Amino acid sequence: MSAILRKIIAPGGIPAWGIRVIASRTYSSSAGGKEMTVRDALNSALDEEMSADPSVLLMGEEVGEYQGAYKVSKGLLDKYGPKRVIDTPITEAGFTGMAVGAAYHGLRPVVEFMTFNFSMQAIDHIINSAAKSNYMSSGQISVPIVFRGPNGAAAGVGAQHSQCYAAWYASCPGLKVLVPYNSEDARGLLKAAIRDPDPVVFLENELLYGESFPISAEALDSSFCLPIGKAKIEREGKDVTIVAFSKMVGYALQAAEILAKEGVSAEVINLRSIRPLDRATINTSVRKTNRLVTVEEGFPQHGVGAEICASIVEESFEYLDAPVERITGADVPMPYAANLERMAVPQVEDIVRAAKRTCYRSVPVAVNA
Amino acid sequence: MNFTSESSGKRIPCFRVLDDNGYPIAGSIFEQVNKEVAVRMYSGMVTLQIMDTILYETQRQGRISFYLTSTGEEAINLASAAALSPDDVVLPQYREPGVLLWRGFTLQEFANQCFGNKADYGKGRQMPIHYGSQKHNYFTVSSPIATQLPQAAGVAYSLKMDKKDACVVTYMGDGGTSEGDFHAALNFAAVMEVPVIFICRNNGWAISTPITEQFRSDGVVVRGQAYGIRSIRVDGNDALAVYNSVRTARQTAINEQRPILIEALTYRVGHHSTSDDSTKYRAVDEIEHWKTAQNPVSRFRKWVQGNGWWTDEDESEFRSNIRKQLMEAIQLAARKEKPPIANLFTDVYEENPPNLVEQERSLGETIKKHPQDYPSDVPL
Repeated sequence: MSAILRKIIAPGGIPAWGIRVIASRTYSSSAGGKEMTVRDALNSALDEEMSADPSVLLMGEEVGEYQGAYKVSKGLLDKYGPKRVIDTPITEAGFTGMAVGAAYHGLRPVVEFMTFNFSMQAIDHIINSAAKSNYMSSGQISVPIVFRGPNGAAAGVGAQHSQCYAAWYASCPGLKVLVPYNSEDARGLLKAAIRDPDPVVFLENELLYGESFPISAEALDSSFCLPIGKAKIEREGKDVTIVAFSKMVGYALQAAEILAKEGVSAEVINLRSIRPLDRATINTSVRKTNRLVTVEEGFPQHGVGAEICASIVEESFEYLDAPVERITGADVPMPYAANLERMAVPQVEDIVRAAKRTCYRSVPVAVNA
Repeated sequence: MNFTSESSGKRIPCFRVLDDNGYPIAGSIFEQVNKEVAVRMYSGMVTLQIMDTILYETQRQGRISFYLTSTGEEAINLASAAALSPDDVVLPQYREPGVLLWRGFTLQEFANQCFGNKADYGKGRQMPIHYGSQKHNYFTVSSPIATQLPQAAGVAYSLKMDKKDACVVTYMGDGGTSEGDFHAALNFAAVMEVPVIFICRNNGWAISTPITEQFRSDGVVVRGQAYGIRSIRVDGNDALAVYNSVRTARQTAINEQRPILIEALTYRVGHHSTSDDSTKYRAVDEIEHWKTAQNPVSRFRKWVQGNGWWTDEDESEFRSNIRKQLMEAIQLAARKEKPPIANLFTDVYEENPPNLVEQERSLGETIKKHPQDYPSDVPL
């Protein structure tokens, strides 16, 4: 597939507007066809930032000798040595507290959690020691730290390894929360996070590590950086806005393809950043399409979709032609059995159905086994 | 098959230099302290005592919202501070304002923080006694217990990487050693081989929990070896013993790049804080005993006076002087303007995010529209 330019000809032969359909997850027509996995994107970002700034350290369980629990830090121990790539004892509270202390005194640690589920054992240090310190010390103690690791559901890992922490961390003033989707996001946002003077929670996705995405020459440059707090419109559309982050962006794009065949043109927004939330981009899009579907894997109550819905209602209520639809994970701890797990996370069909509901083309909500 | 017993039978001995009457114990080996340092230490201890008494009363009078005293722990505060260099980084718990006092924080600066006025370095963001001063290398006090311990290991790691001729000193109470962070911090510091001194002020009480209900070990000092850390138990009410042990610990920590654990035995004479009435859970005569017979300030005074470096006249003159200075500082602090509204919004991040900029602007407009609803003594 390649980029297609399509014109919608309204009755009377006058072109209404043009839509360029860009398919992601295939070869880009722009660059010379280079592809990169998310894992390599993260590795290269870490490598470049550690090379550029000797105060950047990486620490966590298995990051050194084991090359990283998910091989994200492959080769870094050999290149930078044990003083900058630190294999820590098993104590999230310990190494997070220690890293925050190091950040207090001028180092720039990148702390890896084997999964963000384990960050709960260190959450006091993330919130009380990192997020609030600059404020409570009136600017005397800044915390240029990055907390990164896989977040959300993987495959068949059960309740204690599948929770999404985007909403929890994003509710905290003092933190920045980033959610990369593809390789370009991974590179640009991780580099921005490491350079940022404030504490950043960087939520990756285990299932995306091995996925390959096209990457431009610009994104491969070592000075490449994405702005924090700006969402990206992955696919332009006019009938309904679908807002997603991380893995759900891929699902939303698949849903948009299916919807296009049925005559519904969906605009897909890749949030890239949960805090700060790019309310302007979301509102502008909804004012154009008049319909909104939010997608996330996390629990429904007090989730990211709830905040987006509130933002739209507060700022663009008159533009809505249909109630906002939230697609979220099920309100249960993640079950293990494959069939149950499938029912507990959003699937592409759920997004398609929700988008259709907002377009008044409701379909019976049948349960697919 | 031999199980190591849960207790070694013998308690770890306690290092002392001065006896209860302020005389050097025969045969005790210690580094002498000269007149200048001794008088400075002693006057610091007296200042801390007076500061605690008066600021505690200020809370009782409703003029500040909260206060926490260090009564009974003046020797640990001042003697440990005296043994350090200004480059050593201090991460306190909250019962160590004497360290900041030694380093030059003034009575006015203490009062400003307690009153949360415009001159408070904390911009009115923290409860009273949560002092912090970058220029004095004293990290801002943080309420959750023992979180400063792994942070201290991290700061020490940073010093080690910079190869600085300095160490980190961090304090905790007996109760703090029960937190998970204590375990993680000591383990980390030992494994990473960093120059940090962990000083435990074992003062017998964690609010209402006595040490008999806090742990089953022989106090805190025995735990050091479990982590591979060199440790010492010291009489925390003996200023010279505290001074000596911290001096040696500092040299070892820096020269050998290793952590040290010091358990300083003392007693919390005051209530946990102004939110506590300790007579509800402990005997009044127990408190009285430690306040009088075991008072670290009078014990050190006996030694200092014994050397001819201090007199009773010096004492009464100094005390009335400090009292006067403090009262003036409090009057000034109470009268000073509160912090401007702008301080509500700054420092959440390095740069103000757009939503806060917008809220500040919107608040400003609301105040302009309804000036009668806005307190006149609060600046914008």
